[in-house]
Amino acid sequence: MSKTMEPDLHEPSAGIPSSPKEWRHPSDHWMRGFILDNRAALGTLAVFIVMMTVFMIANPTVFTTWYLYRSVLTTLPVALFVVVPLVFVVTCGEIDLSFPATMGFASWVFALVVQAGYDPFLGIAAALVTGMLLGFLVGSLVVYGGLSSLIATLGMNFLLRGLIQIINEGKSMALTSLSDSWAYMIFSSQLLGIPVQIFWAIGFVVLSAMLYNRHRFGAQVRVVGDNPDSAQQMGIDVKRVRVKVFVFVGIGAAIAGTFSVMINFTWWPTAGDGYLLPVLASVFVGGTPTWGGIGTVVGGAIGAVTVSFIQTGVVAAGLSGFYVQFFNGLIIILSLLGHKWNQARYR
Amino acid sequence: MAERLIELRDISKSYGQVYALGGVNLSVDRGEVVGLLGDNGAGKSTLIKILSGVVKPTSGEILVRGKPVTGWSAARSREAGIETVFQDRALAVQQTIVRNIFMGRELTGFMGFLRVNKEIEEASRLMREIGFTSKVFTPQSIVGQLSGGERQGVAIARAIYKQAELIVLDEPTTALSLTETAKVFHFVRQVRASGRSILFIGHNIHHVFDIADRFVVLDRGKVALTTDRSEVKSAEDLINFMEEVAHPGGLAGLHDAGDAEQRAR
Repeated sequence: MSKTMEPDLHEPSAGIPSSPKEWRHPSDHWMRGFILDNRAALGTLAVFIVMMTVFMIANPTVFTTWYLYRSVLTTLPVALFVVVPLVFVVTCGEIDLSFPATMGFASWVFALVVQAGYDPFLGIAAALVTGMLLGFLVGSLVVYGGLSSLIATLGMNFLLRGLIQIINEGKSMALTSLSDSWAYMIFSSQLLGIPVQIFWAIGFVVLSAMLYNRHRFGAQVRVVGDNPDSAQQMGIDVKRVRVKVFVFVGIGAAIAGTFSVMINFTWWPTAGDGYLLPVLASVFVGGTPTWGGIGTVVGGAIGAVTVSFIQTGVVAAGLSGFYVQFFNGLIIILSLLGHKWNQARYR
Repeated sequence: MAERLIELRDISKSYGQVYALGGVNLSVDRGEVVGLLGDNGAGKSTLIKILSGVVKPTSGEILVRGKPVTGWSAARSREAGIETVFQDRALAVQQTIVRNIFMGRELTGFMGFLRVNKEIEEASRLMREIGFTSKVFTPQSIVGQLSGGERQGVAIARAIYKQAELIVLDEPTTALSLTETAKVFHFVRQVRASGRSILFIGHNIHHVFDIADRFVVLDRGKVALTTDRSEVKSAEDLINFMEEVAHPGGLAGLHDAGDAEQRAR
């Protein structure tokens, strides 16, 4: 390449504006910005509204009775407490399939403490510590052991569940003393006919959404999931961030497990097992893509609501229970297609 | 003599049996523009990664303002005032410009929550400062939507935030258009005028020749030449020297196609 072809390196090019310009985006209108920023969550909301409309047309009487909603609002919070941390994990480019066993393990510790006659608050604290420790264990195994999170967490799920089964030999624990405790009043009763769990779950979702969008932790989780090499080059402790998201799932699973025990006053060795697939489905129906870097906490929450209503809705709409799985699959596939069309992937 | 900002002493790096660097010394003074040259595989990128704390040297010492440092890491390097614009730009393309500029250095207030408005304000100031403005994007645009030059602008904006004392530019003009290249060089001059230092790694010797105060030529993991600008008459001299280093015995012996290609570059 000859010298004459080189750009004039001594003078700034004419293309550089000499006076600072005010930046105005062509789509500066707040509503347009809001829609663009939240399109994954809004897409999920649209799916939910369409689905509910179909259900209501199919069976208006059942879908206008409060009882139906109350039953969903009792069990939905359990799912929400794990769906939301899982959005962080998936954004970070990992997956955690060990949360059902963590739910079972942490709620087992809760049940043991309550059965031993201690205050349920102490049990909740013990469950939270258990959840954090298990999350740390799983996270360290994946991150410092350099294992694939998909396989390692699946293994941990079997391992922890196996431990529970071996020690308890399949026996459940009845916790009748819970019903007149303060903890039950605060975490599991009803307020104006609404199950109180949902208020705690909404608080958790709102707080987590702030953590995700407006906190250093969320910012680093997104960057690490997006480009771990760059994050490391910019001085972020990538491994630590990764372990933290697993700890967060541990905490969420501990809360979820404890709540599920408080609903039934009974702890089963299988506690949490049924949540694996619906929770995973909720995360992806909610609009968090599988490739990491981006995600939506609120979308995940709406996804959880959608998934919760499928089963109830299909049965209430007069179809036989055999249709539940079919509709589950249909909603998941339609949502994914919708999100694919709705989101661009940048590289 | 100007203050010695950073010094790498006898840095070696080996990957198993393969030596990437074998005892390299490199120093940068305050307000100096150092051009680091060398062929592909000479060890330039490895040296830069050691300087920015991403790669740990096998042996050797790093001194910041005359003091040896221990536990050198990417975070420590940034704390010491060294900012690197990596060859691949090290951007998270699904994130906003703001998130990239403040990557690893988030502006936080109450309980670690982000000071979002402050970050946006600072980001737009930075982007204006280096002349990478447009009507098409805002600080909250996604980096994946930007062109190559604009992305480079984001990487540079990130490097000049916090008044870094040494800015390392690793092949900053690769894959840039002529106007974008000119912008980068304009920026280098601005930085030097403000009394800060630059370590400029380049393939294109003409580029490096025009802006550097001093040249360091790496060859197969060793420093082959360190010279002041005043001692080199022209870029051609430097090219001749580098070819001399690469092919001892002079150009006369060059016949095969591979070497001809080398010369054309």
